[in-house]
Amino acid sequence: MAELIGTRPAASRPALAHNLTRTSGIGLGLTMLWFSLLVLLPLAAVIVTASQAGWSGFWSTITNDQTAASIRLTVLAAVVVTALNVFTGTAIAWVLVRDHFPGKGLLELIIDVPFALPTIVAGLVLLSLYGNESPLGLHWANTQWSVYLAFLFVTLPFVVRTVQPVLEELESDVEEAAASLGASRVTTFRRIILPSLAPAIAAGAALSFARAVGEYGSLVLLSGNLPFESEVSSVRILSAIEHDNPGGAASIATLLLLISLAVILLLDLIQRRVARRG
Amino acid sequence: MSIEVSGVNKRYGDFVALENINLSIPTGGLTALLGPSGGGKTTLLRVIAGLETADSGSILIEGTDATRLAVQKRNVGFVFQHYAAFKHMSVARNVAFGLEIRKRPKGEIQARVEELLELVHLSQFAHRLPSQLSGGQRQRMALARALAVEPTVLLLDEPFGALDAKVRKELRDWLRRLHEEVHVTTVFVTHDQEEALEVADEIVVINEGRVEQVGTPDQLYDAPANDFVMGFLGSVTTLDGQLVRPHDIEVSLAPAGPDSIEGTVSRVQRIGFEVRLTVLTDDGEVVTVELTRPHARRLALEQGRVVFLSALFEPAKPVLVAGA
Repeated sequence: MAELIGTRPAASRPALAHNLTRTSGIGLGLTMLWFSLLVLLPLAAVIVTASQAGWSGFWSTITNDQTAASIRLTVLAAVVVTALNVFTGTAIAWVLVRDHFPGKGLLELIIDVPFALPTIVAGLVLLSLYGNESPLGLHWANTQWSVYLAFLFVTLPFVVRTVQPVLEELESDVEEAAASLGASRVTTFRRIILPSLAPAIAAGAALSFARAVGEYGSLVLLSGNLPFESEVSSVRILSAIEHDNPGGAASIATLLLLISLAVILLLDLIQRRVARRG
Repeated sequence: MSIEVSGVNKRYGDFVALENINLSIPTGGLTALLGPSGGGKTTLLRVIAGLETADSGSILIEGTDATRLAVQKRNVGFVFQHYAAFKHMSVARNVAFGLEIRKRPKGEIQARVEELLELVHLSQFAHRLPSQLSGGQRQRMALARALAVEPTVLLLDEPFGALDAKVRKELRDWLRRLHEEVHVTTVFVTHDQEEALEVADEIVVINEGRVEQVGTPDQLYDAPANDFVMGFLGSVTTLDGQLVRPHDIEVSLAPAGPDSIEGTVSRVQRIGFEVRLTVLTDDGEVVTVELTRPHARRLALEQGRVVFLSALFEPAKPVLVAGA
């Protein structure tokens, strides 16, 4: 083996060959295998299933009034919740990094509860707080607001947890340099800090959006899954499967996949623009 | 006087960072704040800049009371040890930042940026990102950025501390030349005595939150106010219980006078152009002596040889009182 490695100097190899050592070759192979088995193959299978009914089958599934309404609600709620998370998540991360107050450690811990909680437990919590027996007097069960609420609950940590480490790493002397050049705190935030945070905010927003689009467990109890009111697309996919319509389920899944992809691309575009500005 | 510091105190909890600092820094000069790490020199610089507020005392910059003035309003240029580059902006935009904040016309900004990049020899790097520059280039960019706003005073905090020895030496010479061109009142912090002696017109030695001595490099070296200043600026040894510089000791093979001290050479070390002797005197004192190679060869110095030592100059006596 030593001889094998010794007999292939990188410089004399043809231009198209990759300079992979044995270990990185194995690493790359494993990565691709793992990725294919867990991500690419299932995705391809969904798309193949969706395409079996042909373009017209796909189109009629997603233009079905009830399905279209569920997709509209899901995407709209996911967009609104993600936009809210961009602001509140950044603000919470800022408070956690920059401020010192009693109970900070506890808050730090509680942020992750929506992560750690099984989603159905989250659903129970929401039901007991905002359901028909709400101690707060907020009867949001069986309305579309229950969807927004559940999305907000489960996606809370994403932006916080992506922004926080980047904010911690920011060097204070950069902000001091801006101040010594005459920049106010607002200007320093907008032109110096925000461009550094943009990639992290975008990553958190993408996670938040993806999680919301696929959310199921935390909202089924509270939303009541009323067609045209509080039914989300993941519930719609499940009912398609229950009615022995895997093609329909795959069609909705494919559309959600495309929407998520588009949103991630859009976020990346915005992020690049903000990061270059300043 | 460009900067007047009077009665400045600063504590961090129990730690006294600055204790009753009184200091005048002349207009147009290049002043070094020299001292060991943790001695308070950086804190003093940051108090002057407004990045830190003093617990008591006042700061006057060009006759204006700046004590309560925010850093944004002091019109100081500040250069940090680790460059503090705006990473997402090109070199040109880094330099333009302060002018954009001041809402100068575009054409004026562009002309000024070009002129400054010329001055710091970075014209061909205008469109690069800071990450594509070397450490020395990044620090020159930071300097141009600070100079862009035409600051009343330029403050540099260990500006060459993060650079390797060779680049450091180059930048030192370059800063000296730049200062002769620009003539802005400049204060820089350093813990490197060679750097201070070489670059500064005036040195302020700061230790344990207090000013030990203020003077020109020659004054400090030849007439240190106390043992600390003497020990900090150059190497020292003791002869007959007195602090002396190792190169200020005369070595002879016969007693040169009544004050000559007899001893035995215990070690001969050659370092480049000089020879360093370790001599054990009859009183049991270990003395270090530095002399030139020809001199050492003439005396045929070797281990075990008996020599007589005498101070070339009278040991320095305190001449200036700190900060007074």
